[in-house]
Amino acid sequence: MQITVNGKTVEYDGDADMPLLWYLREDAKLKGTKFGCGAGLCGACTVHIDGKATRSCVTPMSVAEGAEIKTIEALAEGDKLHPVQQAWIEEDVAQCGYCQAGQIMAVVDLLERIPNPTDEEIDANLTNICRCGTYYRLRKAVHRAAELSDTGWFS
Amino acid sequence: MNAPDMKLSRRSLLSYSAIAGALVITTPLVSCGRPQEEAVISKPKGEPVSAGPFVAIRPDESVVIGFPNPEMGQGVDTALAMLVAEELGVDFERVEVQQMPLGLMIGDDGNVTWKNLSQGSGGSTSITGHWEPLRKAGALARMLLVEAAAQQWELSADELTAEDGVVTHAATQRSASFGELAKLAGDVELGDVEPELISKENFRIIGTSQKMKNARAIVTGTPLYGIDAEIPGMLHAVIARCPYFDGTAKSVDESAARAIAGVQDVIKIDRPDIGAPYDVQAEGYAVVADSLWAALKGRDALKIQWDTGAFSDESSTSFKAHCEDLLTGKGQIVRNDGDFDAAMDAADKTYEASYWQPYISHAPLEPQNAIADVKADLVHIIAPTQTPSSANRMVAAALDIEDRLSISVEPTRLGGGFGRRLSNDYVVEAALISRAVGAPVKVQWTRDDDLRHDFFRPSGMHQLRAGFDTEGNLTGWTHRLASASKYYRRPNLPETDYWQAELYPDNFPGNLVDNYRVEYFSAKSGAPRGSWRAPAHTANAFVVESFLDEIAEQRGEDPLALRLRILGEDRELPYEQHGGPTFNPGRLAGVLKLAAEKGGYGDKMPDGQARGIACHFTFGGYVAQVVDVAVDAQGGVKVLKVVGAVDIGQVVNPNGVEAQHEGGINDGLSTALRLAIDIEGGRVTNGNFDSYDLMKIADAPPIIETHIVQNDYPPAGMGEMGLPPLAPALANAIFQATGKRVRDLPIGDQLA
Repeated sequence: MQITVNGKTVEYDGDADMPLLWYLREDAKLKGTKFGCGAGLCGACTVHIDGKATRSCVTPMSVAEGAEIKTIEALAEGDKLHPVQQAWIEEDVAQCGYCQAGQIMAVVDLLERIPNPTDEEIDANLTNICRCGTYYRLRKAVHRAAELSDTGWFS
Repeated sequence: MNAPDMKLSRRSLLSYSAIAGALVITTPLVSCGRPQEEAVISKPKGEPVSAGPFVAIRPDESVVIGFPNPEMGQGVDTALAMLVAEELGVDFERVEVQQMPLGLMIGDDGNVTWKNLSQGSGGSTSITGHWEPLRKAGALARMLLVEAAAQQWELSADELTAEDGVVTHAATQRSASFGELAKLAGDVELGDVEPELISKENFRIIGTSQKMKNARAIVTGTPLYGIDAEIPGMLHAVIARCPYFDGTAKSVDESAARAIAGVQDVIKIDRPDIGAPYDVQAEGYAVVADSLWAALKGRDALKIQWDTGAFSDESSTSFKAHCEDLLTGKGQIVRNDGDFDAAMDAADKTYEASYWQPYISHAPLEPQNAIADVKADLVHIIAPTQTPSSANRMVAAALDIEDRLSISVEPTRLGGGFGRRLSNDYVVEAALISRAVGAPVKVQWTRDDDLRHDFFRPSGMHQLRAGFDTEGNLTGWTHRLASASKYYRRPNLPETDYWQAELYPDNFPGNLVDNYRVEYFSAKSGAPRGSWRAPAHTANAFVVESFLDEIAEQRGEDPLALRLRILGEDRELPYEQHGGPTFNPGRLAGVLKLAAEKGGYGDKMPDGQARGIACHFTFGGYVAQVVDVAVDAQGGVKVLKVVGAVDIGQVVNPNGVEAQHEGGINDGLSTALRLAIDIEGGRVTNGNFDSYDLMKIADAPPIIETHIVQNDYPPAGMGEMGLPPLAPALANAIFQATGKRVRDLPIGDQLA
C-alpha cells in the first residue's frame, strides 16, 4: 500500500492491521508522536489524517492508506512555528512535555473547527491527558493561539 | 536518596581545561579526596559537552550548561542552569542545557561514589543539594575568564568586570567576549582558589522567571525521551509478566510466539523470592524480536497459564477489612509524648475520625522503557530513570558485574516520573534480556504493564483522636495508621522500621501538643509499593487537615483560626524526618494567612459554592491552598479556583515554582476525584486509562493563583509541595458546600 506522511509518499508492505503509531515511530523514525496508552484514551499519539486530529495508536495502516498524514514534525514551516506551537512557548505550557505534541495536534484541529473556542468548547473538545497537570497554562495557550491565528500571525 | 558519603571540600576542587578551543569545567565539586587529575577521566573526546561538564564555553560564544539530575518535568534543567549562569555572568537567553550522563568513580575507601555531583531526582532535593556547588562551578568559570583577560591585557583581575558574557576593563574601555577568552581561560593557572559567590542583592538571574529551556524541542517533536532512543543493531522486547502478586507460570507454550515473523527468542525472567528486595518486579516471558510490532504480536501469541500466587485471596475490600481489624488492637507506638490516655480522660471535649486511602499508581505518560547493550566487559544503558546510579548498581547486581564503572548510564528526559522511576526494574529487565540474546535490546512496556506492575502509593486506614481542655487548648492527639508500608522488601530492614516511610511524627501538630502518640500497624499485602510524589505527605496531609476541620466544625470555631492558634508564632521546632532539621510553625501560619487573604477565605459565596483551606509542610516547603468548589445536584464536583501561598525560602525560578504548584494542584485533584488501584484475586484489575481515569482539562480548575513568600531562608525544592494540601482543602470545601465529609478517597460518586 501507499502511505503519505508529511507530504512524502512511500510504499508500505507490512501488516495492514499494525497501528499507524508504530509505523510513524518505528519505521519512519518520526519520534514526536508519542505512545501513551495504545487504546485511544490519552491522545499522546494524535496526528492529522486528512486534516483531522486522529489517535494513531488505534488507527490501523489499512485506514491510513491513501490518506494525507501530518505529524508534529511537519507543523512548523521551516523555522517558523505554527501559532499553536508559538503559543505553547509563550505560555511555557510543558512540564515533562511528553503529551504536548499530541495536545498541540489536537488543538490545531480544534482551532480549525472553532477558531475562537470558549472555555466550555475547550472542555468539550480537548480530551488529551496531561499527567503533569499543565491544564491551566494549556487553556491559556489555546486562547493565545486563537489570538495569534486570528491576527494572521502564521500567514 | 541513597547518596554515597560525600563532603564538600573546603577548597574548590573544580578543574578545567581547554578542549577544542572551549573552556570546559569538569571535575568534582563534591570530592571524596580523589586527586584532581584522575577525576577528569570523563573528559570528552572532541565534543566538549558530551561527557558531563557543568559549563562549556565555545569560541562561537555559545554556552552549554550541563545539569546533573534527570529532568522529568520538574524544571531542574532550567533551574540548575540558572545557578551556574548567575555566577558565570552570561545572558541566560544564550544558554543551552544538556543532561549529564551518570558520573561515578571509585573513592578513596574503594567504594563507588559520585564523580561530579549527586544525580538523583527525588525528594525535591535537586535545588537544595546543588545550590552552592553549581554556583561555585559558574563562579570558577567566570574567574578563569577574567584572569585570562587580565593576563592578556597585563592587568590585575581585580580591575576587571565580567557581565553578560563580556570581560571589561572600564578604565581603558577594553573588552573581550567569553568566546574570545575561552581557549586562553582553559590554560590559566589559578592555584587553589575559593570561588567567591554573588550576594543575593546582586542576583540578576536567580529569582527571575525563566521559561523552560527545552520548550522549542518539545513543541516541535524533537526526540528527547527514553522511548525515542535507538542504538544500531537493537532488538525489541515486550514481556508477558505474571499479573498475580508474586505469582509464577504453571505452563508456557512459546511455539505460536516463536512462529511470528520477526520473533527471535523468548527469554524467561525470574522474579525475586517472595519478600526479597525487588530487582525486576514479576516473573515474565520476554518476546525478543527485530521490531516492536513483532514483539507485541509475539507476546499476544504466548500461551501462559499463571499460578495465582500467595496473595490470591487479596482484594481491595479484604485489604481494607484487614486494616480496620488491625486498628482494633494494639500497634507499635513510634512516638509517645506525655500521657495521651490521661489527657483524653481529663479532656473537656474529644474528637475522633477515620480516613481511608487507596493504592494509587504513578502512571507517567511515557510507559517504562530501557535500552541495554551488554557486552563482555562493558554495559551501556539508556533509560528514563530518576536514579541513574541505582540503575547502575542494580544492573551490576543482576548481571553479577564487579566493576560498576564498566556500566555506563545515560539518563534521558523522562515522560513523567512521580517516583515511579526511582525503581529501575525495567532497566534490569533490559540488561538481563540483552545478556541472554547477546545483542542490544530495548524493553518496551505497554500501559497495561505499567498500571499492573507499578510500585503503588501505599494504601491504609488512619484513625485520629484529639482532646481539648476547658480553655479550648489542644491537649491530646493521636494518629493511628494501619497500612502496607513501602519499606517492606528493603534489604535488611526490620518490620519495626516500616512505619518510618508512612508516618512523619514531627509533622504538624507534632511538637505542638504535650500529649501526642503515633501508632503504626504493619498490614500485609502482596501489592508492590513505592514512593509516589510527596510520599506519605499526601495521605497524612489529607487526614490531619481534614480532621482539624472536623474538630473546628464541632467546636463551632473557624477552621483557619483553629489552625493559627495551634501553630502560633515563628520559631524553629525539631523536625527529624526528610525536610528538616527544623519546622517553623510560624511559616506555615504565614502561608495560611496569605492564602486566606488572597483567596478571599471567609467571604460570602454564591449558592452551591464554598471555600475550603488546608496547609502542609512538605520536605522543607510550606504551602497553603484555598479551594473554591461547586457541587451539583448529582454530586459532581467542580473546582472553580485554587489560590495558593508558597514559602520555599530563596526562590530560583518563580515561573518554575508556579508551574510545579499548578501541576501539584492538578495532580492532587485528579487523584482525589477518581483515582484508585483496584485489587481482585491477588491482581490489579485496572488495565488502562478507562479504569484509571486521570483528570482531563474539563475538570481542571480554570483559575490557579500562586503567591510566593519572599524571605531570606535557604532554598527548598518545589517538585512535591504543591500536592499535599489540595485534597484536604477540597474535602473541606465540599463539606462547606454540602455538609458531607469525605473520609474515603477517591471521592468518586460518594456525593451523589
